[in-house]
Amino acid sequence: MDLVIARPEGLYCPPGDFYIDPWRPVERSVITHGHGDHARWGNARYLAAAPGEGILRSRLGQDIDLQTLPYGATLDHHGVKLSFHPAGHVLGSAQVRLEYRGEVWVASGDYKVEADGTCAPFEPVRCHTFITESTFGLPIYRWRPQAEIFAGIDDWWRQNQAEGRASVLFAYSFGKAQRILHGIDDRIGPILVHGAVEPLNRVYREGGIRIPETHYAGDFKKSDPLLRQALVLAPPSAAGSTWMRRFGEYSDGFASGWMMLRGTRRRRGVDRGFVLSDHADWPGLLWAIEQTGAERVMVTHGSVNVLVRYLREQGLDAQGFTTEYGDEDDSDDLPGADQPGADLPGANQPGADPEPREEGP
Amino acid sequence: MKAFADLYGRLDATTSSNAKLQAMQDYFRDASAEDAAWAVYFLAGGRPRQLVPTRLLREQAMTAGHLPEWLFEESYQAVGDLAETIALLLPESHHSSEEGLATWVEDYLLPLRGLPPEELAARLPALWSRLDRQSLMVCIKLITGAFRVGVSKLLVTRALASLAGLDPKRVAQRLVGYTDLSHRPSAAGYRRLVAEESDREHAERGGQPYPFFLAHALQAPHEQFEALLGPVENWLVEWKWDGIRAQLVKRDGALWIWSRGEELVTDRFPELHALAEQLPDGTVIDGELVVWKDDRVQPFALLQQRIGRKTLSRKLLEDVPVRMLAYDLLEQAGEDWRSQPQHARRSALEALLARSPSPLLQLSPTLTGRDWQDLAAQREASRSLGVEGMMLKARDALYGVGRTKDMGVWWKWKIDPFSVDAVLIYAQRGHGRRASLYTDFTFAVWDAEPGASERTLVPFAKAYSGLTDEEMRQVDAVIRKTTVEKFGPVRSVTPTLVFELGFEGIALSKRHKSGVAVRFPRMLRWRHDKTVEDADTLATLQDLLQ
Repeated sequence: MDLVIARPEGLYCPPGDFYIDPWRPVERSVITHGHGDHARWGNARYLAAAPGEGILRSRLGQDIDLQTLPYGATLDHHGVKLSFHPAGHVLGSAQVRLEYRGEVWVASGDYKVEADGTCAPFEPVRCHTFITESTFGLPIYRWRPQAEIFAGIDDWWRQNQAEGRASVLFAYSFGKAQRILHGIDDRIGPILVHGAVEPLNRVYREGGIRIPETHYAGDFKKSDPLLRQALVLAPPSAAGSTWMRRFGEYSDGFASGWMMLRGTRRRRGVDRGFVLSDHADWPGLLWAIEQTGAERVMVTHGSVNVLVRYLREQGLDAQGFTTEYGDEDDSDDLPGADQPGADLPGANQPGADPEPREEGP
Repeated sequence: MKAFADLYGRLDATTSSNAKLQAMQDYFRDASAEDAAWAVYFLAGGRPRQLVPTRLLREQAMTAGHLPEWLFEESYQAVGDLAETIALLLPESHHSSEEGLATWVEDYLLPLRGLPPEELAARLPALWSRLDRQSLMVCIKLITGAFRVGVSKLLVTRALASLAGLDPKRVAQRLVGYTDLSHRPSAAGYRRLVAEESDREHAERGGQPYPFFLAHALQAPHEQFEALLGPVENWLVEWKWDGIRAQLVKRDGALWIWSRGEELVTDRFPELHALAEQLPDGTVIDGELVVWKDDRVQPFALLQQRIGRKTLSRKLLEDVPVRMLAYDLLEQAGEDWRSQPQHARRSALEALLARSPSPLLQLSPTLTGRDWQDLAAQREASRSLGVEGMMLKARDALYGVGRTKDMGVWWKWKIDPFSVDAVLIYAQRGHGRRASLYTDFTFAVWDAEPGASERTLVPFAKAYSGLTDEEMRQVDAVIRKTTVEKFGPVRSVTPTLVFELGFEGIALSKRHKSGVAVRFPRMLRWRHDKTVEDADTLATLQDLLQ
């Protein structure tokens, strides 16, 4: 029997009568991680991995009805044994393992296979059926080790500093920004952040993750020479806004897996593109799928058709799941994915994101 | 290779001309003359013939990644650039070659041409393993002849001129012919480009033309011309011909004909060879090649037919006779006249053609008007005369280089394009910075009027330019949401989007389903205010055929 099926409200587990990352309000929801396209408002009850509690409460409200489970702990619900296992995507992200009458399914949410120190690293879980994302499901996507990317950011920052310019780095405010802060050399100079980034830094620090000292960019006057020395982290939505004026002449960069392609880099119109993603690259997806030992693979958001066809040619029973993931401004969302709604930043519904997007000038 | 790939990266990363100039100067300052010679060649648009068949490069990428062909195609569709796709799929190297561009091109790449596939398959991986990813992509672009980066020849000229302390016009003159297939860049050749001026230079120029002076589009309403351009008396006005811009060079008893792309096209126009007898040595005339019959200019489509032919039959030469319409004199009696004012050059041209009359070479007539209003009224006749509008040339202006404005300006005052409201029915992903966005569209009009019992949309034009980045993103999103079917890279969509489509010309065509072919179609605006039912019909297009 299928332990997970696609319903208009989201991915549904019939024997357990609950939804995983539903995109419409439901009674019982199991949440893989706190990005806005997976954790949405309005569900009566939430269940998530314990390390994600701070994030979920800060984004969905302190008073949501949230139950948590440590990674690896099992909960029995209507005969379905449910447990969470690290997905390595962002703080608190989890794969959901479901076991019912000897059948095991794993829904991975979003995942990344390279460990980064800001969240528990991805752990392959053996299963019969694996539900995988496919955000970067094309062989052109192969990441360099993150240490090289951070060294590149450090070099860029140093060079801008030498030329007396601020270094403004656009990165998604939950996950990517903290990963960068954790990975760069904070001795180079002061680090300033946008108002959308700081609340998440606080949650990470409370979770025991090393995040260097950051300052709120709004506290500095335009004339402050410190700005010309600083690295500034801001969400992509800040690009082109009046908020940017305070930095005078600056160099800008964008950190995303999509920066792999020259076309997307040029379309972004930034000085530098840093190829850094919180999702698995092509070899990462294939490795993760193989590690599960699954014979059946359900593919969600991203290059669904490509990955399904490729896996079938490898002899696996693969099929696509239509979901509404991947259209959130705050995740590594995709320009050019083969799924309705899975398009560009800004295509999401307003109000779904409680973060401050922008401040006044 | 690394240094040149870095230069490519810098040029590719910016849209600022100053940043590009700086990047080129930095490169040329440090490069050896051998490397600089090849860099100038590629940057100025030179392309050697393809060195390795694309097919073989694709196969290598597929083999390296153990990829089936369909997956290569999917990747290519997402990337939108063949060399980049291949570079992303080949194994990544941890080396980056510090050897110069000249060594790479002359010792490693040029010798690849004509090698048997097995030999190439054996040799190429060894080359790839010495290149970091950016260098690899640039290298593949050099191999396939697809190297293109956003710098104009003029910008290369300026970079070299400022580095060498020369007049950019002089450098532009020396660069003529530099990117020809027949020319092989060399250290000596580069040194000549940037050498100090010599007295012999002018005498040793052979059949070389001058760099073409290009016109700018004039968009303002004519009521503002007085304020913008001054009185009409200060301007020399002609029709804007719809032909091929060309220079006739007559020196040392021989005739050369050069097209605007600095391509030598003498062989394509045998009927004009008789002019070698007519014109005195040391003459260079700037003008337009057109098909001329029944005392009037014929549609560009006819000229295009001739350009496409490999052999020119006697019948074709009779049916489609080409003439040169002369409008400027750049050299007279071996002397460079480009620093003479426009009116003086025009008088000298008129005198020259009076002395050596030939039906093959006709003067492009000047037009006079009491004021701008009067000229605007005359311009209304453009379409019926088969011209694109008017050219305005300041009487006192010198003949500049390319699109410079410092020597004076030529304005092209074109008539408004034809336009119809058409429906977007197919979309394909774009290339370069439009890669992975659906930006190349096929448009259709209805085959019957509204209210007809049954009517269908007939495709008639493809267009991909005219939208802002923001509009492109919005249209892309609509296309993804309204996709009906996918055929390879093409999607058909439920018709919902209407655009005003502009084009320069329209002709009957047997090859098109709609029965018409339009020239330079592009999107003028997105008609949010119109529904698909409001779009124009084939009858509207047929009316434009006159």
